[in-house]
Amino acid sequence: MTAAMTAAMTALSRRTLLLAPALLAALPRARAASPRRIVSIGGAVTEILYRLGRGGEIVGVDSTSQHPAEALRTKANVGYVRALGAEGILSLRPTHVIAVEGAGPPDALRLVEQAGVRIVRVPEEFGEEGTVRRVRTVAEAVDAQAEGAALAAEIEEGFAKLSAVRAKVTRPAKALFVLSLQNGRPVVGGRGTAADAMLALAGAENAASGLTGWKPLSDEGLIAAAPEAIVTMAHGPGGDAPDPFALPAFAATPAAAKRRLIVMDGVYLLGFGPCAPSAALELLAALHPDRAGTARP
Amino acid sequence: MTLAAAPRSFPEGKRLPALPLDRRPLLFAGLLVALAASGIAALGLGATGIPAARALSILAEAATGRAASGGDALIVLQVRLPRLLLGLLVGAALASSGALMQGLFRNPLADPGLVGVSAGAALAAAATIVLGDALLAPLVGPLPFAALPLGAFAGGLLTTLALYRIATRGGRTSMATLLLAGVAFGALSGAVMGLLSYVSDDRQLRDLAFWSLGSLSGATWTKVAAAAALILPGLLLVPALSRGLNALALGEAEAYHLGVPVQRVKAAAVLTVAVAVGTSVACAGMIGFVGIVVPHVLRLLAGPDHRMLLPASALAGAALLVAADTVARTLAAPAELPIGILTALIGAPFFLWLLLRRRGGLLT
Repeated sequence: MTAAMTAAMTALSRRTLLLAPALLAALPRARAASPRRIVSIGGAVTEILYRLGRGGEIVGVDSTSQHPAEALRTKANVGYVRALGAEGILSLRPTHVIAVEGAGPPDALRLVEQAGVRIVRVPEEFGEEGTVRRVRTVAEAVDAQAEGAALAAEIEEGFAKLSAVRAKVTRPAKALFVLSLQNGRPVVGGRGTAADAMLALAGAENAASGLTGWKPLSDEGLIAAAPEAIVTMAHGPGGDAPDPFALPAFAATPAAAKRRLIVMDGVYLLGFGPCAPSAALELLAALHPDRAGTARP
Repeated sequence: MTLAAAPRSFPEGKRLPALPLDRRPLLFAGLLVALAASGIAALGLGATGIPAARALSILAEAATGRAASGGDALIVLQVRLPRLLLGLLVGAALASSGALMQGLFRNPLADPGLVGVSAGAALAAAATIVLGDALLAPLVGPLPFAALPLGAFAGGLLTTLALYRIATRGGRTSMATLLLAGVAFGALSGAVMGLLSYVSDDRQLRDLAFWSLGSLSGATWTKVAAAAALILPGLLLVPALSRGLNALALGEAEAYHLGVPVQRVKAAAVLTVAVAVGTSVACAGMIGFVGIVVPHVLRLLAGPDHRMLLPASALAGAALLVAADTVARTLAAPAELPIGILTALIGAPFFLWLLLRRRGGLLT
């Protein structure tokens, strides 16, 4: 910061007074004293910023920032989280870039940092503690410690309520998370995925725990997994999802016998933002209607 | 000797000087104008509104040693200029490698990837993305961000050298064996990449997908310096091969009897392509289309003489890639489009138009 200011000062001393105002306006670092201009990279980061009441300070978001819907509608879109361009971000004259871990390419973000923009990296974590940690990191970056503490407390309370409901689940439902059904071939969430973490929070057993990551599942593997419920994502605002039970392999599962298909919004369910506890509670209620049917939020 | 022996595979096989000799300077002048225009557009267009005149004055300031500073100078000198130079180098490398390979294999379908360099680089890059943290971190030590380009470069070079060894017996390289070995390695690397994408997690899979579309985003002066050091010597060597490649068009034996050191021409061409394309893939990922189509366009415009074809391809490839990159980062600004999509979107219709025009329409 000081080095940047010195550089700016030497530059100023060399130029006529006429040029100085234009130059100052062009300097992102010279605006540090003026209001924050945040570029928010990652759906959860954007959601947290809005919940902290800092939505007005956001000037740009990435294409995964779908909650709240106004983010993508009213802010500049700097592209996909992993395919960003340095100039695109700099053109918004940000003071802060708050990005999920894994945003990139790294060289582009390094250039943005070189330009004097503060880059805050938010770890990509699933689960209770991780969600709270992310809120705290973002809150600290935008000087919203009080709001951050309140939001963290709210999320912790949500998780506590969830765990009380989860304790009432005597027999975990065996569920399978289906990401897509391209050509009738299911891609399911195995260990280490956000879906796996969400199923665990919802007191369910992941029927695909034999796999790691998002993997295609064979028909036989699907029948062997014997899920009692299928969880999948709604596509688009209409919320329609393909009917898996039309496929023979799915028809042979216990889930088909009970027609238990749970369709939820993907970002809501897997984003692990501030609404993670309520998403988990909703999923738990849907998976265990007999035990927790009255616990719907 | 399947593809390599096919005579008259070039569309213009019989009409050697398609462009009268006195019009060749015109073609070069046109290419230089296109190059300059695309270069100025690359400096003057972008998500930040810095007009070309301002960008050029910043350049002039920096060139005369007066330290240009400020937001605009930073964007011009640290973002746009390295991107422009990397685009020039990669475009020239891909297009002249394509021209070299098509001349060497005497086949218009040859592309720089034929000698395994793209497949090897892609395989190494995929391995770096998927297994990188665990496997390669100790090797590159404090430079984890360099693992991907270094891996890709080494993978491309090693694969080409291995295939060249396979195809060389008793000091003679069989181009047919090289071609077939290249095809076999392409299949192998495709399979291993499939395996890698199967074991990769969600994030690695997306990295693979975006890497395979190519991008000049993240061009830094370090990358430009490394690319220049590796690509420029090859590009300067390339014109020396034109006479040999012209003679090779008649057939290997004929070229040999004309006094062309056939084996040396082959080795030099393969090595140049391996280094140039390996470097390009390492710096910018996979950018298709430029290597295979730019030499064709030039051949349609000006005939198959390599003395003209090789330098003209380099100029045209550089201009096309710089233009495509400028469009890539301005069309959806502040977001960016993958450049591989744009090289094809800009180049393919032009190529088709040229084919139709030269042939007087497909139906006649």
